[in-house]
Amino acid sequence: MCVRHLFAVLVVGLAAILGEASLAQDTKQVPTAGRTPVPLPAKGKGEQCVAPVEWMRRNHMTALEHQRDRTVREGIRTRQFSLKGCIECHAVPGANGRPVGVADARHFCRTCHDYAAVKLDCFECHASRPAEAAQRAGRIDVQKDVAELARYLEGLER
Amino acid sequence: MSGDVRGQAPCGCDAGAGEARPSAEEANAAGIHSARRWFLKSAAAFTTVALAPGVTLMALTGGASPSAARPPSQPASSGQRWGLLIDASRCPEGCSACVSACSQENGWKGTGHPRTDAQWIRKLTVRDPKSSVTRSVPMMCQHCASPPCVDVCPTGASFKRADGIVLVDKHICIGCRYCMMACPYKARSFIHEPLTDQLAHAPRGKGTVESCTLCVHRVDEGRTPACVEACIGAGHGAMMFGDLNDPQSEIAKRVATLATRQIRADLGLDPGVRYQNL
Amino acid sequence: MKRVAYCELRGGAGFRLVLAALGLVMGLGLASAWVMEHYGHVVTGMDNQVVWGAPHVFAVFLIVAASGALNVASVGSVFDRALYKPMARLSALLAIALLVGGLAVLVLDLGRPERLVVAMTSYNFRSIFAWNIFLYTGFLALAVAYLIVMMGRGLGGLAKPVGLIAFLWRLLLTTGTGSIFGWLVAREAYDAAVMAPLFIAMSLAFGTAIFILLLAALVWASGRVPDTALLVRLGRLMGIFVAAVLYFVAVQHLTNLYAAEHAGLERFLLVNGGVYPLLFWTVQVGLGSVVPLGLVLLWRPHSPWVPMLAAALVIVGGFAQVYVTIIGGQAYPLELIPGRQVSSSFGDGSIAAYTPSMPEVGLGLGGVALALVVVLIGVRALRILPENLTGDQAEVAAAPDARILHP
Repeated sequence: MCVRHLFAVLVVGLAAILGEASLAQDTKQVPTAGRTPVPLPAKGKGEQCVAPVEWMRRNHMTALEHQRDRTVREGIRTRQFSLKGCIECHAVPGANGRPVGVADARHFCRTCHDYAAVKLDCFECHASRPAEAAQRAGRIDVQKDVAELARYLEGLER
Repeated sequence: MSGDVRGQAPCGCDAGAGEARPSAEEANAAGIHSARRWFLKSAAAFTTVALAPGVTLMALTGGASPSAARPPSQPASSGQRWGLLIDASRCPEGCSACVSACSQENGWKGTGHPRTDAQWIRKLTVRDPKSSVTRSVPMMCQHCASPPCVDVCPTGASFKRADGIVLVDKHICIGCRYCMMACPYKARSFIHEPLTDQLAHAPRGKGTVESCTLCVHRVDEGRTPACVEACIGAGHGAMMFGDLNDPQSEIAKRVATLATRQIRADLGLDPGVRYQNL
Repeated sequence: MKRVAYCELRGGAGFRLVLAALGLVMGLGLASAWVMEHYGHVVTGMDNQVVWGAPHVFAVFLIVAASGALNVASVGSVFDRALYKPMARLSALLAIALLVGGLAVLVLDLGRPERLVVAMTSYNFRSIFAWNIFLYTGFLALAVAYLIVMMGRGLGGLAKPVGLIAFLWRLLLTTGTGSIFGWLVAREAYDAAVMAPLFIAMSLAFGTAIFILLLAALVWASGRVPDTALLVRLGRLMGIFVAAVLYFVAVQHLTNLYAAEHAGLERFLLVNGGVYPLLFWTVQVGLGSVVPLGLVLLWRPHSPWVPMLAAALVIVGGFAQVYVTIIGGQAYPLELIPGRQVSSSFGDGSIAAYTPSMPEVGLGLGGVALALVVVLIGVRALRILPENLTGDQAEVAAAPDARILHP
């Protein structure tokens, strides 16, 4: 009696776990707090990714690697598969409104890489969040520009 | 080695280790004339900045910028060879505008361990032991045409781009530091500790070697390296950037007419960085 | 007719104790590598001026000695000296072990050791360093093949050709290692063709020295007394190599001294450079060369201790030589603008200070321990050691060819 009871509990429990897992596969909408965690990377900006999502899931690393060689070696700086582009589009805002870095588990890349236990090497060197606007522009602010212009013209007259 | 200094003096009358005075003065005079033309062109660009700052801000040196932006899909071309010309007579000893600009632009800075900190560019004090005359010049990767760092790199991480810019592909750098052993200019630094918050356009990380990139990310956009921009901004105009292969470029014209020299020219590496009045 | 029989080294408490001690040192080495990898090279004494430090001293010493350790086997197989044939297996095993130890140190010192696969798949063939990767792995393969043909049944006939290839290969290998320095055009202390033959001579001296000590220790460990005549002969062979090293060192420095442009460097290395002239004159030249030369060439000792002492001194002197070559050569500043004095915030124009740190020395010692562990496991598991070893010519003549005699 007691043994049969235990067996029944086990069967029901197992069924529950399997059921939820298959549900998760079907809908991809299960919250991460569920019993079977699935990665839920934050949605990027804009309508769609630079390539079909399914393709990106499987091939983003290859695309990034090709792009990296073309950029570093040849100076080709197209946007489609640039890591910078990924980072800017998929920024996840943190508590202070600033995008989170890779140290935060909510980081776009980390959500899946943590799940798949695949080491992320990129961000030992690369910035893991978008550049601040001023830095992205890479230009000196206007006030300073004008001051420099003045100094510059003075130097010219000397 | 002082032979090449003498070799560039047109009159050949330089007898000792001192400056080749007559030729240096000629050089200065010519330099000032062409520099003025260059500056006036830049001034036009500055006016534009003042009138419509938000719109044409990128023309800070745009009018004078010797490089035109390349479409992003175009690879760097071997038709160009980027280089610098540094006029030691215009470079004041106390100024380090180029160094701070580079540091800010590329995100390298003191970590509290000066012994191992990276320096992509540094101010070099050059003293003549006989006359005690000193000069101060910036020293950085000389972007050689035959770079020893590229020759010795076992993996090919150290490479020269088609347009002459010498870079480290940090993706395949294993951190053996053989390139640092081979560089005659001590231009390279090894990253000795973990880094965080690197800049998006200047990736760098522990265990790899790095050096001046000639601000390749700016050059590809048709802009001038940060050091050159800062030098102009500081009112010295001691640094000039341009395409050595383009006979119409200001830098090529100067190299063709003035007594400029390459550091350690005896090694035959043909650096893309040239100095005058050193 | 006398057979040369080989047997495994017997284990026991002593063997296990030595193995455990070496394992401890290896653990220390691994811990050091982890510290360097985790915190970065900031924890070492190396910096942007002295970019290669103590790990490279250990690695270069071990790699160079590996090539020389095979010398005893070469003398046996290639030059048909019967006296050396019974020791050929140990010679090949030691060569493998030293190379493995040296390469481990070299690889674990890399800034990105986990990218070793990049070094194995991405090559720049203009780099002598890339060529050395092939020379090292090729040497390992050849030494293993050599060991197999010496030990395998019916393969004895191959020992001579394989031995000859291995002999030529290791000349290439040390030429390559020396050229890592010899082809550094930018640095005054290197940039010399003599680096290649100098490294060949160093390899022969260091490798034979290590072989002498190891042989004596293993014979003792198997409960016998090393044959004095044999050790004396090996010691004299080593003496010839030590003399060759001295010769090339003299050529190197005299060439530099003749050129006025190198006067500053030579003054630094030979006179006023602090620890470097001290190491050069007292340890490398005095203790490491002159004293052992006197011990093995001038004196006909009747004790195995004399060649052993000489070998130990050659090893110490060798370390000093590699240290002075690698560290001293980098400590002296680059001649940036000849004829001018330069200074900067980046150490231009000034002598660099270098102090080896704990992790560097730990890593180096770990490599030495790894090499010894490979040897111990090898002699324990395989029939490497001959049961009887003698330097007596008469007995050797009775057993002319080890390869046709082994069981």
